[in-house]
Amino acid sequence: MTGPQSQISAGGGSDNRDDEAFEAGQAQLNTTGTDDLLDEIDGLLETNAAEFVRSYVQKGGQ
Amino acid sequence: MGVETEYGITAVAGDGGRSLTPDEIARYLFRPIVEKYSSSNIFTRNGSRLYLDVGSHPEIATAECDSLTQLLNHEQAGDLVVDKLAQRAEEALAADRVGGRVYLFKNNVDSVGNSYGCHENYLVGRHLPLRSLGKQLLPFMITRQLICGAGMVGRATGGFQPGFVLSQRADQVWEGISSATTRARPIINTRDEPHGDSERFRRMHVIVGDSNMSETTFALKIGSTLLVLEMIEAGVTLPDFEMVNPIGHIRDIARDMTGSTPLLLKDGGTVTALEVQEATLAAATQWLEERPDEGTPTAELRRVVDLWTRQLEAIRTRDFSKVDREIDWVIKLNLLNRYRERLGEDWTNPKLAQIDLTYHDIRPGRGLFPLLESRGMVERWTTDEAIARAVDEAPQTTRARLRGQLIARAEELGAPITTDWVHLKVNEPRPQLVELLDPFQPVDERVDDLLAYLDENAGAYGRS
Repeated sequence: MTGPQSQISAGGGSDNRDDEAFEAGQAQLNTTGTDDLLDEIDGLLETNAAEFVRSYVQKGGQ
Repeated sequence: MGVETEYGITAVAGDGGRSLTPDEIARYLFRPIVEKYSSSNIFTRNGSRLYLDVGSHPEIATAECDSLTQLLNHEQAGDLVVDKLAQRAEEALAADRVGGRVYLFKNNVDSVGNSYGCHENYLVGRHLPLRSLGKQLLPFMITRQLICGAGMVGRATGGFQPGFVLSQRADQVWEGISSATTRARPIINTRDEPHGDSERFRRMHVIVGDSNMSETTFALKIGSTLLVLEMIEAGVTLPDFEMVNPIGHIRDIARDMTGSTPLLLKDGGTVTALEVQEATLAAATQWLEERPDEGTPTAELRRVVDLWTRQLEAIRTRDFSKVDREIDWVIKLNLLNRYRERLGEDWTNPKLAQIDLTYHDIRPGRGLFPLLESRGMVERWTTDEAIARAVDEAPQTTRARLRGQLIARAEELGAPITTDWVHLKVNEPRPQLVELLDPFQPVDERVDDLLAYLDENAGAYGRS
């Protein structure tokens, strides 16, 4: 579960890149909504997530 | 100013159907355009350009706009135009017994890291030397992702672990200012085609930005940049944040939502990404009280500065509750975190990548951002009515009005014409060419004459 994050990274620049930098601050993000949104989303998504993602390959643009 | 949006394209096969390559889907998508115009590169009656770009990406370049909300309306109208093509392509696929669903993503990266852009174009005065313009702009540009990134589930890359990144484009740009676009993408491209009088205008071509789904984030992206450019043009002294290697910081900034990435300054000190934004915002807030109320109305820019202020406050306090309906990366991260509560925290779960992608699906009733919008869970900046109007009507305050008038009249009469950003040409019975070098000029007697010429020869075009 996404618990409160107590460690705050000073950001990049170190060789020990880890999850802290982007985890920091998430405790304050609103995750309290009801599950019906996620249920509605699940009804809209293509069923095979892995295949959907893997097959999304473009030629590069600008 | 104007915005170019390249859309990612894919199709999911119908029952028993086969998968199509992006090339094949793009051909289906543009079939009605090619049938009508014998070209996959046209100008539409709202003054925009619609074309098939490098790498089979459908692209819309909005007409030249002279205010923020007008530009947003035209950018959003572009989504409606290409979505309509996608729906027609689905009908054609069904008729050909191929079937399937066509997806257009307004994002900037595919699943293996290929990128396509969202380019902003701003006309600035020719009197500004490019070097000093770039020097003043780059600190703002590399940190702008804090306020207007679209967010992304980042893959493991270049020594970084998988995880959330603020910007889709941060990993895709490699230079500060240069003339390249596809190989070593720079932040600011010097391909200076002003599409106007080159003695008066310079075109600032910004290619570092993310495509935004949120209207409010788009407004903040363009509005904040406008304010910074206005200040530079007016000679307002901005804080000096000239860096040793600005581009070297951009990927670290993307991975730190606290904005505390230290940036090395040329004079030997450091400053954080958040401090660069805060100092720029302070200058912009002051500038609002001084700027002449022209171009984008000051009232619109006050909304920009209000959101800018709240977003930087959110980053500083790490409390995003006051912006979580308005900033793309915050909206997306919230959604992803709710899924991570269900699925576990592992960022490599393909379901999270799918949520990330489908956030950018522009189809109403299917895309996740359109879903949030229809449920009233995100803020609007403009209205459906204004966007619908922008599908058919060019901006009425710029040169685009003239282009739109000619295209609309020629379509009614079936008259052959040729247009680009600067030229309007009636091809028959005798070629008539007008050159329009001032993008800010919505009225021109020569175009009135062109329209009259079309009407005089209406009989020759086979309709009416």
